[in-house]
Amino acid sequence: MPQVTLTVNGQTHTAEVEGRTLLVELLRDKLRMTGTHVGCDTSQCGACVVHVNGESVKSCTTLAVMCNGANISTIEGLAAADGTLHVMQEAFREYHALQCGFCTPGMVMSAIDLVNKHPNGLTEQQIREGLEGNLCRCTGYHNIVKAIAAAAEVMQGKRSEMARAAD
Amino acid sequence: MYDFAYHKPTNLADAAKLLADPDAKAVSGGHTLIPALKHRLNKPSALVDLSGIAEMKGIRREGNAIVIGALTRHVEVANSAEVKAAIPALAYMASHIGDVQVRNRGTIGGSVSNNDPAADYPAAVLGLGATIHTNKRKIAADDFFQGMFTTALAADEILVAVEFPIPEKAGYAKMKNPASRYVMAGVFISKGAGGVRVAVNGAGPCVFRQADMEKALAANWSANAVAGIAQSADGMNSDIHGSAEYRAHLVGVMAKRAMAAAG
Repeated sequence: MPQVTLTVNGQTHTAEVEGRTLLVELLRDKLRMTGTHVGCDTSQCGACVVHVNGESVKSCTTLAVMCNGANISTIEGLAAADGTLHVMQEAFREYHALQCGFCTPGMVMSAIDLVNKHPNGLTEQQIREGLEGNLCRCTGYHNIVKAIAAAAEVMQGKRSEMARAAD
Repeated sequence: MYDFAYHKPTNLADAAKLLADPDAKAVSGGHTLIPALKHRLNKPSALVDLSGIAEMKGIRREGNAIVIGALTRHVEVANSAEVKAAIPALAYMASHIGDVQVRNRGTIGGSVSNNDPAADYPAAVLGLGATIHTNKRKIAADDFFQGMFTTALAADEILVAVEFPIPEKAGYAKMKNPASRYVMAGVFISKGAGGVRVAVNGAGPCVFRQADMEKALAANWSANAVAGIAQSADGMNSDIHGSAEYRAHLVGVMAKRAMAAAG
């Protein structure tokens, strides 16, 4: 069986996989990191989004063997060791950007990539287009868009702390 | 998904040898092949991962053409200063394929050699009159797309690059499926050294040229020139997302929008 060595959230792992093993299967079933979800398994819903070498990808449509040597970031790697949430996670909480929460890991990972790719700021339209690969069946997206806009301002140094959501 | 052997050659000659096995399949981004494998539509003996082959990478200008290596991902074409300057319609098209994550993995070579009727790239390749470079020969776009999921590529032939002549003007418009963003009906129009070309994707079983619109636009380059031309619904795709008649109607609408974009 092929062997892959990859870095996940800063830790190096080596695992035996089959050719057909998906990246999400390696993460969830072998490495027991179940924060990354499988929703549709057809590359549409984005619940499985992780970062591979700094770019958001759908881990249900990526073979583990093709990630040999890659640097992977997952939702588990975002919060600080003391439990302090990443700004994007905090924004999702503050703005009530989730209901059932199933899509949230993928939403957060896509959102962080989106902010990173737009260092000069994001319009609402850009946020909505940037989320085309992530489906949410609960929220109607409005609060997700607000959360990402608020987190972007903090991540990009335009605010020192997040604007509170209106009551 | 059935299991398969996995190979990652580092040059074209080795890749071609591995693909001489008729049951082996080439993969780069995998965003078409992996979903097909999940449905067990295919049972390859081996996947030959082309992503380590340096000679299939990169975007370069050669004379009056832009040559894009087969491994170039959609996001790279969308963001390329060279493509944006020379063929903005091509960068625009690449920036609207699927979603961010699909564009981060999917490649031009995969899209063109798969020839999915609902893929974006075939319209640009045919609409710009591009030339396909393989490890064996060069193939004109008009000879390349032969039917649904069928191209002129032989089983062990590898698409290495696509050469796009730089047009005077070009525009692309599509109606996308709202859930998956694949093409329901799209039109890519260009005017250049090879005359006017109008390519239609998504609407039929394979990308095709719309001769009536080409003739009208050659005589009068304006959105009004295509306004009166009706696309026949014969042979158009029909499914729960849109009837053949609806798709035929969309071809006219998208042609007008593509002309508005081309200017």
